Amino acid sequence: MIDLVRDYWVYFLIGQYPNGPLGGLALTVLLASLGLVLALPFGLLLGLARVSPWRWLRWPVTLVAFAVRGTPLLMVVFWAYFFLPSVTGVKTDQFSTMLIALVIFDGVYLGEIVRAGIQGVPRGQYEAARALGLGHGRAMRRVILPQALRSMLPSLVNQFVSTIKATSLGYIIGLTEASFIATQINSQVFVHPTMVYLLLSLMYFILCFGLSRVALMIERRQARRGLPRPARSPGSLTATAAANA
Amino acid sequence: MIQFNQVNKWYGEYHALVDIDETIAKGEVVVVCGPSGSGKSTLIRTINRLEAIESGTITFDGEDIHRPGIDLNRLRSRIGFVFQQFNLFPHLTVLQNCTLAPVEVGGARPAQAHDKAMALLERVGLAHKANAWPSELSGGQQQRVAIARALAMEPPLMLFDEPTSALDPEMVGEVLLVMQGLVRDGMTLVVVTHEMGFARDVAHRVLFMDQGRILERAEPHAFFNHPQHPRAQQFLADIRTPFARPA
Repeated sequence: MIDLVRDYWVYFLIGQYPNGPLGGLALTVLLASLGLVLALPFGLLLGLARVSPWRWLRWPVTLVAFAVRGTPLLMVVFWAYFFLPSVTGVKTDQFSTMLIALVIFDGVYLGEIVRAGIQGVPRGQYEAARALGLGHGRAMRRVILPQALRSMLPSLVNQFVSTIKATSLGYIIGLTEASFIATQINSQVFVHPTMVYLLLSLMYFILCFGLSRVALMIERRQARRGLPRPARSPGSLTATAAANA
Repeated sequence: MIQFNQVNKWYGEYHALVDIDETIAKGEVVVVCGPSGSGKSTLIRTINRLEAIESGTITFDGEDIHRPGIDLNRLRSRIGFVFQQFNLFPHLTVLQNCTLAPVEVGGARPAQAHDKAMALLERVGLAHKANAWPSELSGGQQQRVAIARALAMEPPLMLFDEPTSALDPEMVGEVLLVMQGLVRDGMTLVVVTHEMGFARDVAHRVLFMDQGRILERAEPHAFFNHPQHPRAQQFLADIRTPFARPA
């Protein structure tokens, strides 16, 4: 095992870089981070559209949400890989392709979390904001979203964790992320598949567990600041149950 | 100040407001009472368009408020609304609850809104709680903050939707006292309430509603001593002697 780690750890961390494209763990982290950063605002917009009072906005977004939710991520990756270039005429590299697939897929799921979070805020809060003369946008920004985001935090972290794991699907379109590199190492070493994949799993675990801990710290800091804790909505309960399962 | 003209509202098949005709004058204090489900909450929620109406008109200072294209936010900032469940914003402090609308809607400078809010909190006796969270206050205190929050936009009209119904009995008085102060200042109030004491002592007029209609309109003395409509007589008998009627 020591030999394995000693011989291949650089390759596992950054792929062929700087003599070739960036790969390995660095690429996985980069992909996941970019995916999260881009998917969150996208999901926020989708969620707001889903609860907007305007039908022309609500319906098409709802349709997209149902379509993507009813599709495995692998299919979305294939769409982005085969379908998108044939429509747009632009051939994107594997990294961009995977990023697009992740942002679309996560955006929709985050959108659903945002929608549930908004709908979990008591109706009276929106009415009180509107009764004071705040418009829909201001009521959302100043009154509803600050409360919704707080109750959404556990579900958001859940989704972020699954994004990290989902980057491994890049393997299927030849993206040299950590799983791909690990497979290459395995075929070169050949005799230690258990060890190779155990180390790969451990790496994913550390990433995901670390993220969960950070989220927990944020939650605790909020509690210390004396902010009122939101009532647990049914949505966050099921999310917690799923995380425990 | 407010004029209802042949107002009708349906919830699906249910006829919630039936041919409402009513005029409320500036400076008047009107109590709306009646059994639950009679349409009294719906009635006052149509005045700031929290509820839509299907036919008829409601004018506020001569302006048809259910006309499409009206500046709804400006209208609402001129009508204070106090909810049964307070609906304070739990993520904002007491003070921030009171400065949100003046800054966001009224365009007030933060310092100016702050001073105004402190004066209002002083008035409802809660200046010392300015930096507390709503969750740290009792129900009565929360409702007094909600009144201060509604007053921050300096509305000429205040609507109260059962403001004391969610309170423990010992906290009802402090809220009614604040409302009485508004009456002394000559403000126009429309109050849906079961507090018959408030109706008798403070109101200028009582409207009695049942099944979406205003069945009786009278001065408090006349209403409580000589109710005309049989439903009003029954209602008053029921609340005075709750155990008298055989179950």
